[in-house]
Amino acid sequence: MSINVQFFASLRELLGKQQTNLEYEPSLTVSHVWEKACSGIAMPDNTLCAINMEYVKPGTQVNEGDEVAFFPPVTGG
Amino acid sequence: MPAILLDKAFNPWDEVQRFQQQHLQSGHYGATASFVGTMRDFNIDESVTHMTLEHYPEMTQHFLDTLCTQSCEKFDLDDCLVIHRYGDIYPGEPIVLTVAWSIHRAQAFDACRYLMEELKSHAPFWKKEVTERGERWVHDELRSSE
Repeated sequence: MSINVQFFASLRELLGKQQTNLEYEPSLTVSHVWEKACSGIAMPDNTLCAINMEYVKPGTQVNEGDEVAFFPPVTGG
Repeated sequence: MPAILLDKAFNPWDEVQRFQQQHLQSGHYGATASFVGTMRDFNIDESVTHMTLEHYPEMTQHFLDTLCTQSCEKFDLDDCLVIHRYGDIYPGEPIVLTVAWSIHRAQAFDACRYLMEELKSHAPFWKKEVTERGERWVHDELRSSE
């Protein structure tokens, strides 16, 4: 199984893509997923991260089949 | 204790009445506190013609459902309701409704505020406003004004 990576709002526009899939590798963290999925573009300082719809920190380990999402600060309400 | 995501305009007062009639036990609750957030036609000193509210559908629904469940337990509510728009929204249209029903007023007031503050801080929604100068993400504007 691979890892599904999603981008929202201004990050989707910055990267020019809504989602991508990565091959799973052991010891992969959320930060590593960004680096692999975003080919050289640095993660903006205020980026929020989620795994399977729960907020996580960039150092959190990713498991096979996870959905990893990156998005800017939220502005609902 | 549902959270409802809508892609079209809604009347918050009709929703409160409908939910109350369908889900609340008449005579049990003594307090109803509600908050309605409505779109303005200006923001950060500029006119706004409309906006698009993007969300992360599965995570937004999951977050709001969990928030409603936790709020009912935390404040010992009879029930609560959250309705939030997404998609294209125009000035004057309601964006969000939070409602809390409880036996006494303190829990209803506190829960209504809690629902709204938690939603504002954590629910994955992003506003993109359209002004005379073009489009802008609200989170970019907030960052540049810090």
